[in-house]
Order: sequence, then structure tokens, then C-alpha cells
Amino acid sequence: MTVLAPTRLDDAVAALGADPSLTVLAGGTDLMVAVNYGQRRPAGVLSLRRVHELHDWHVEGEGHDAQAVLGAATSYTTLLDPALAALLPALAQASRTVGSPQIRNTGTVGGNLGTASPAGDTLPVLVALDATVELASASGRRILPVSEFVTGPKQTALAPGELVTAVRVPVARGPQEFLKIGVRNAMVIAVANCALVLDLDRRRLACALGAVGPVSIRDHDAERWAASHLDWDARPDLDPGMVDGFGRRMAAASRPIDDHRATAAYRRHAVDVLARRALARAWAAP
Amino acid sequence: MTTTPPTPATPAADADAAPAVYQLTVNGITHTVEGTRPTDSLLHVLRDRLGLPGAKNACEQGECGSCSVLVDGVLVCACLELAEAAVGCEITSVEGLTPVGAEPGDAALAGAVLTDVQQAMIEAGGVQCGFCTPGFVVAIHDLLDRVPDPGPFEVREALAGNLCRCTGYGRILAAVEQVVTVRGNGP
Repeated sequence: MTVLAPTRLDDAVAALGADPSLTVLAGGTDLMVAVNYGQRRPAGVLSLRRVHELHDWHVEGEGHDAQAVLGAATSYTTLLDPALAALLPALAQASRTVGSPQIRNTGTVGGNLGTASPAGDTLPVLVALDATVELASASGRRILPVSEFVTGPKQTALAPGELVTAVRVPVARGPQEFLKIGVRNAMVIAVANCALVLDLDRRRLACALGAVGPVSIRDHDAERWAASHLDWDARPDLDPGMVDGFGRRMAAASRPIDDHRATAAYRRHAVDVLARRALARAWAAP
Repeated sequence: MTTTPPTPATPAADADAAPAVYQLTVNGITHTVEGTRPTDSLLHVLRDRLGLPGAKNACEQGECGSCSVLVDGVLVCACLELAEAAVGCEITSVEGLTPVGAEPGDAALAGAVLTDVQQAMIEAGGVQCGFCTPGFVVAIHDLLDRVPDPGPFEVREALAGNLCRCTGYGRILAAVEQVVTVRGNGP
């Protein structure tokens, strides 16, 4: 087994193009568990640790068009950086629920996308925010919506020789919520999670559910229905009947399964509660 | 029954079999590492090749924190670091934590004198079976180096990745409080 550790992104992309069988190592919080347990035995590893441009983030554009561009190796701890959390509050909330400090220092947003677990905590946030993924290969670059990049449980649209280089997340003005249900607060894989975004400028509501289907789930009809029932100017107290209706619609949109973490029935109920709670909290936020 | 000829070794298998030789810098000392399996974690190399058994091996999936070390000053689980990918990094294990009064990198002193966190863990009764203790000690040093006077919830969140099955955590939290007081950062 060879371990390649380039320092330049171009070299990393070239190496992967020359040998698409290389296993990409970002934080290692998924890959090394599989290696330690003998479930994976990579023929070669491409480590992204020393590719510094993948660890940085910056903002492009202004106002309605502003996007936070996160290098693929941006860690969960970096997503908690107050300057970034102010731009992407739901992503920071989701990052804070991931693992432990040790895991958050190591795990990356690009790794969460590449692993594409149905329970990946950043995925519903990225889907709710209409984020896009930048991919690079020896033959060029392309950009895909996150909702098209993740195609199924642990399945992505990544082509052989292609590397996730960045995630572009639109910056929306307004309250955001991320809620997660697990057996305890720390070190837990989601039984169900929910991201909700109120875009005050566009008067749009977006809500995505995780761990209750093969990929993150949105219901655009339910979002438009909820947005049309909100008084965006006065922002009065929410109509409880409308909140209940939103929870019911999101629960109906979910496609949970029974597994060792929870039953489908519990998950459907959890989604109803989470969607209502997220809407109420976001609407009441300043 | 027919016999099949032996399958020629593939290039990948050859590469896998080839012994990797690389260098790791641990506690300020550069070691040459050889004879490891290429998929070995940093934890295995520290314990089995470099004679540094402070980081403990338990879950091998980043759940328990008993293998906590610092890589370039960042708290991580050594079991989730591919050893060969840590070439060029400054690795600090519990053996390399600097006691009060010692200069950083003073390898002769490190390990021979307890740090204030280790001393407080003993005095507060934060050590019972001791298996989780090195991981906690590294994590507590990391916390207090970044946040000299953490609030109670901040301490709990910072130590949420370290499991202890003996103490019930109360005495470990008391040890953190004691270090904050001794360092003169308390209320």
C-alpha cells in the first residue's frame, strides 16, 4: 500500500487521475474505523491532510448572492468558528452534534459528503440551503447540487478519479435551526434530524430531513404551503394549526425504515415533532 | 480435480507487502518507523513500535477517547489517524506533556514529573482503574490550554469524547476545577 500526501490540490487531482483506485483519506473518522475492523484494505491512500487549500473557507459574492465556499477538508471544529457560524448557523449547530471534540477536530464536511451516510449530520443542512459540491478530476471541474451528488445510502455521483474539492453554501439572511434525535447528546448517530431555514429576503422556508430516508428529504409543496401561511412582515405568533399541519406534511414526506437505532414509526413521529419545533424556534428567533 | 496455477502477485499486493519506512516526530523526537503494516493506525505505531503505551487501545472507532493525542496541537483519537499520513506532523502523546516548570520539549523531564493535571487527577480521586486516565489528561490539557477558565458545561462538552466506566466523572470534573484554581484562573 502506498500513502500519497501531496501539498498542492493540482497534484492530488493528478494523482487520483493517474490511479483512480486510490482511497481518499480526509479526516479518517469513517475510513480508519473500517480499516481498523478489517472491513477495508485500501491498495493505496491519498491523504488530503497537507493540501492546505482544501482546509480553508472564504466568502464569494455579496448580499443575496453571497456564498460561503468551504474547502472539502474543512473540519467540524472550523464550522463552529464564530465567524463562519454567523453565516451558516444551522451548519454550525449540526457540526456541534457530531461525535466529540476529537471527532469534530478530525472529521470534514467533504468526508461527510463522500461517505454519504443517510444519517450524515451536515447533509440535511446543505440540502436545505441548496448547497453545491465542486468536483475536480484530471479532465476538469464540475459543480453538482448536494441533492444530486448524494444518490443513495453511501452512494454518490462521484466518478472514478474525481475528488470533492469544495462545498458552496448560499448565505441566507434569517434564522436557521438544526435539530437531532439520538440516544444522548454526545457521540451519537442521528435517529432523525431536521434542518430548517427561513430566508427573510426571499420569503422562503426550506426544511430537510435526515436519517429518515435513503437521502435527505425535502417536500417543496409543504415548504411553499408553510411559507404562504406565514406573515413575513409582522411575524406574529404562529398559528398552532398551521404548525401542526407542517409537522404532519413533513412526517408524511419522510421514508423511514426500521433498524437497530429506531423503528420507522418512531422516526415518523420524531420528524413530526422536529419539524414543528424547528419552525417554532426559527420563527420566534430575533 | 484440476489444480489452478498460482495466481501471480499483483502490483498492489507487492506494494502492500513492501515494508514502509517513514519518520514520525513524537514528543519532539524524530523516530524512524519500519516493519509496520501500511494500514496501521498512529495508535498502534505509538504503542507497539515506539514504546509509548500511554495512549490506550480500546474501541478503535473514535468512541472512547482513551487514545487521545495531539497532532499539530489538535486533539484527536490516535486510532483514527493513519500513521504514515502523520509524517511531518508534531505528535504529542501523554508521555510528552510538559510538567509545570519544564521547558517544552524537555524530554528528560517530561514523563518523570507529573503535570498539574495528572497531580490533580490523583488528588481528586479521578483515577480508579486508570485505563481512561491518559486520554482524559491529554483532553484536559488541551481544554485548559485553549480555555483557561471554562464553565461547567464547557468542561462537560470538551470531555464528552472520553469515556470512564469507574468514576462516574464527578471526581474527574473536580480535578479540572482544581487545576483551574491552582493555575490561578478560577473565579
